[in-house]
Amino acid sequence: MKAFGLPLIAGVMAAGLAPAAAQNLSIGLKSEATSMDPQFHQLSTNIQVSKNIFEALTTQDALQMVTPGLAESWEAVDDTTWRFKLRQGVKFHDGSDFTARDVIYSFCRVPLVENSPSAYTIFTGGIADMAAEDDHTLTITTTATNPLLPVDLWSLAILSANALGADDQVTYGPDGTCEGMGDVPQAPAFNDPAVAVGTGPYILDRYNRGSEVVVTRFDGYWGGTPQWEQVTMRPITSDGPRVAALLAGDVDMIESPPIQDIPRIEQDGFTIVDALSNRVIYLHMLQQEDAPGIGGTDGENPLLDARVRQAISMSINREAITERIMGGYAQAAGELLPPPMFGTSERPVEAYDPERARELLAEAGYPDGFSITLGTPNDRYINDEQVAQAVAQMLAQIGISVSVDASTASQFFSRRNALEFPVYLAGWGASSGDMSSPLKSLVATYDETLGMGPTNAGRYSNPEMDELLMTAMATIDDEARDQMLQDAQTLVLDDYGIIPLHYEQTVWAMKPDLTYEPRVDQYTLAAEVKSAAE
Amino acid sequence: MIVYLVRRVGQSLLAVMAMAVLVFLGVFFIGNPVDVLVSPEASQAQIAATVERLGLDRPLYEQFGIFVWNALQGDLGTSFVYGRPALEIILDRLPATMELALVALALSVGIGIPLGVWAGLRPDSIAGRTIMGGSILGFSLPNFWQGMLLILVFAVLLGWLPAGGRGETTEFLGMQVSFLTWDGLSHLILPAINLALFKMSLIIRLARANTREVCMQDYVKFARAKGLSPRRVVLVHVLKNIMIPVVTIIGLELGSMVAFAIVTETVFAWPGMGKLLIDSINLLDRPVIVAYLMLTVLIIVGINLLVDVIYSLLDPRIRLSEMKG
Amino acid sequence: MTEIATPAPVRIDSPAKRIAKQFVEDPIAVIGLILFVLIALIAIAAPWIAPQNPYDLMQLSIMDGGLPPGETSFATGQTFWLGTDQQGRDMLSGIMYGLRISLMVAVVSLTLAITIGTIVGVAAAYFGGRFDSIVMRIVDLQLSFPAILIALILLALLGRGVDKVILALVIVQWAYYARTVRSSAMVETRKDYIDAARCLGLSNRRIMFRHLLPNCVPPLIVVATVQIAQAIALEATLSFLGVGVPITEPSLGLLIANGYDYLLSGRYWVSVFPGIALVVTIIAINVVGDRLRDVLNPRLQT
Repeated sequence: MKAFGLPLIAGVMAAGLAPAAAQNLSIGLKSEATSMDPQFHQLSTNIQVSKNIFEALTTQDALQMVTPGLAESWEAVDDTTWRFKLRQGVKFHDGSDFTARDVIYSFCRVPLVENSPSAYTIFTGGIADMAAEDDHTLTITTTATNPLLPVDLWSLAILSANALGADDQVTYGPDGTCEGMGDVPQAPAFNDPAVAVGTGPYILDRYNRGSEVVVTRFDGYWGGTPQWEQVTMRPITSDGPRVAALLAGDVDMIESPPIQDIPRIEQDGFTIVDALSNRVIYLHMLQQEDAPGIGGTDGENPLLDARVRQAISMSINREAITERIMGGYAQAAGELLPPPMFGTSERPVEAYDPERARELLAEAGYPDGFSITLGTPNDRYINDEQVAQAVAQMLAQIGISVSVDASTASQFFSRRNALEFPVYLAGWGASSGDMSSPLKSLVATYDETLGMGPTNAGRYSNPEMDELLMTAMATIDDEARDQMLQDAQTLVLDDYGIIPLHYEQTVWAMKPDLTYEPRVDQYTLAAEVKSAAE
Repeated sequence: MIVYLVRRVGQSLLAVMAMAVLVFLGVFFIGNPVDVLVSPEASQAQIAATVERLGLDRPLYEQFGIFVWNALQGDLGTSFVYGRPALEIILDRLPATMELALVALALSVGIGIPLGVWAGLRPDSIAGRTIMGGSILGFSLPNFWQGMLLILVFAVLLGWLPAGGRGETTEFLGMQVSFLTWDGLSHLILPAINLALFKMSLIIRLARANTREVCMQDYVKFARAKGLSPRRVVLVHVLKNIMIPVVTIIGLELGSMVAFAIVTETVFAWPGMGKLLIDSINLLDRPVIVAYLMLTVLIIVGINLLVDVIYSLLDPRIRLSEMKG
Repeated sequence: MTEIATPAPVRIDSPAKRIAKQFVEDPIAVIGLILFVLIALIAIAAPWIAPQNPYDLMQLSIMDGGLPPGETSFATGQTFWLGTDQQGRDMLSGIMYGLRISLMVAVVSLTLAITIGTIVGVAAAYFGGRFDSIVMRIVDLQLSFPAILIALILLALLGRGVDKVILALVIVQWAYYARTVRSSAMVETRKDYIDAARCLGLSNRRIMFRHLLPNCVPPLIVVATVQIAQAIALEATLSFLGVGVPITEPSLGLLIANGYDYLLSGRYWVSVFPGIALVVTIIAINVVGDRLRDVLNPRLQT
């Protein structure tokens, strides 16, 4: 017993510190931010941390509806011109005023960020010009019609032109041809709180790589005094230890507790909140003559036959997967985006019908089935590997013998993009909250020059759908665009070009005295965590 | 001696370079980091631009040439993920790992050798058998599972110690360390024990086996017959003679501890190099992986060199000049 | 006294008997041996005695997933004495098949690694000079890469598979044996009897394998017992990191790794039972190894 004396003292001391922590919040995140520069790496972990410090012209609420941010209001002047009214009286952390110059500077910096593994230029590339009519009125001209501009702007953090050393006059030019930028600080500089200056509710205090990001309250915040004196965000990348940290009281809140641990966490008196996310888990099938990993078909690719694809879809008992594998924290999917999000059509979930599936296989000329490889990541989506195994089980029941090839995300994505899997399981989160996102990336005909179908590793192609989608993407009128997107999706799903399985549900667990409005985009925004008493 | 050292260092540098080539090529073939790094919404052109920006569009030999050229100037490349020099990122994490490994090593040696010698001197006593039984259990448990059990018992059920993370750190000799504050120490205990248990078991077994062996040697029997006190026999003759294999093992194991910390760091969310490595492998951050391995290799080759020197000091029969080859 | 481990069949009779006799003097070692034989038999006979073939997807149903011990199947009515995992796999069958893979992987890799390591180690110590230097550089090079790291990177390159895990384990383990054998053989080469043997004109091979090698056996057994345990644990760790054997054919290590996710949730059986099976197996191996070591060491016989 003597050996335990030391830890006991430590435990008592830790407990003694607890009451003082009421003004503080600590959160266990499942991954680590790679930089404090909000324009360096377009990655959800970075975004959710930087949203506490930096803001954008628009914001998205928990349901991904676009609402005013640093811009109070905006209007589309014509198909390619937008006018934004900027909010007055907004201060940066260093006390300087927020003006149109900061916006122009911020957008200008995006293409100048070096070594970015995933650049924000995908949002600024389509901006032809920006001009400040006065300090708080800004016009943005796009190269092509972009109805989603206000959505895109949420991703572009506004930095302080002063803190970063810009000239008094900043003039916009596309693709890094701006003038008056001064010496642009690169990503590593943002570890310094004097550079990482935003307008957000919290100020960067310190960033200890691998260990924690600490932010403190910004008293001059335009939206009112933020709730917490200090917020600590700790990356705890393994699921078990993250749950243990919550149970042991090391952190007040965690994101993505493993589904199987949720009953235990609830039982210990913690609060669980969850929401349907914008992420669909789907099966994609390689639909070209030449396909690897298929056996028993004399070299033919059975997936070219829509009846075979339909059989695969019908053989999957989605309810069983959501109940047994996902513990009820998922919802069977009939579409590529959960309704009522933009462009969805309330299409019913495919009915589980193994009898009919077997008939379809026989009609297609494969009464004895065939063998096929199913690729899946094993550390990317919730219980991804388990779901893939369950799918393999179900396909085995209709005679398709499946070997599951699971690998870590890094290898999986490389191999998938090299078209190594005849069937693969993956997920798609529509960051824009709009149907055009999955359609454009997953099922539009793969075309490098147009930038269509970049993630279409099934090489599905339907010219009719492509055309409808292109039209929709250039339509400002929301109602018309909604209808076109619905029709485009119906074309794909009727053709079984891709098979939606389920929508992930995002879960947060926290101490009972906290509340958090669950977000569709799966972000954990510390600034949105509230004390339950209020 | 000096000739020997110079030769050894030269050979070690060759080894390090060979390692760099292997690792560089190895990681190159795992996959393309851009596939994981780039935003899923990016178009083909934007992906191609990213590939170009990271220099991954060049042929392998060219990438390798650039790597070697820069490495010769002390630059091991810029992390694809963090956009900062890979070496700098690793050195940031080095103190955490070294602290964990050294504390674990101190635990395993400080506890392992006395227990092992005890068990070796009295192999049939209850204590001796218990020690051996414990040591068997010690390396029978898979490290990650054992870590999880430690968390389950001491952090979740008893609530005595934190479940993970590094806690408060203070500056000591220019490095951030945990062991100087209660908070830091309480975070250090469980991971250090988790890392130490396996090595401790190994050292117990080794010390016991060697003690038994030494006790059978004529000079120990002689010493006993001469009427030397058992205490003196143990301290002078036994301990001195079991030191040779034990030093070898400690030397080898410190290096492997730095590496095995990968699992412990993952389970306990300890912000060290090992955790960084796993993250980097998952993201295929080649510069960081290569830099990590080269640094680890350097550390270990250095330790091996040190071991050889100590070895020769402990056993005059083995001369360094004979080992130089 | 050095003939004990020699391969010559004529002499092996009486030392073998003596070893067996001494071995059974320790009741714990006997229990360990019995356990190990039992475990090995279960592993070998798994396909015939397991209630279910856990690798056959047709026999699994996720509707049976996550059942606690003693429950019966919805689909087939069979009883799951140790419960089921998430996929509805019978844990008892899973453990039996898992043992099979774990032991096979460990034994095959151990045999290969010892063979390579011993030959290299003895040769290095005996010939010394440039050969020793080069070999030991390679061993250093090899050991410089921590085992888990080489295995991790190798498997990341090769992909999952039992054969690949074995390859990785051999590659990471041979150097340990080479180094161990070499360092004890080196002390031995300095002893007079080796010089005497050389003077007598005995062949290099004869000196190495009949005189040097037996003296390397005790440390080799210590390292081997540690390494076989480590091989199994390493395989489990690789599975934990997602690069071990394929998920559709889980080893004991992978079963634990899968169950690890359920440790906090109260579904203890998914990781605890395979964990117990693994720990018992390793302890049995180690107890037997310990006793063997004591018995085999000529100098410990009084």
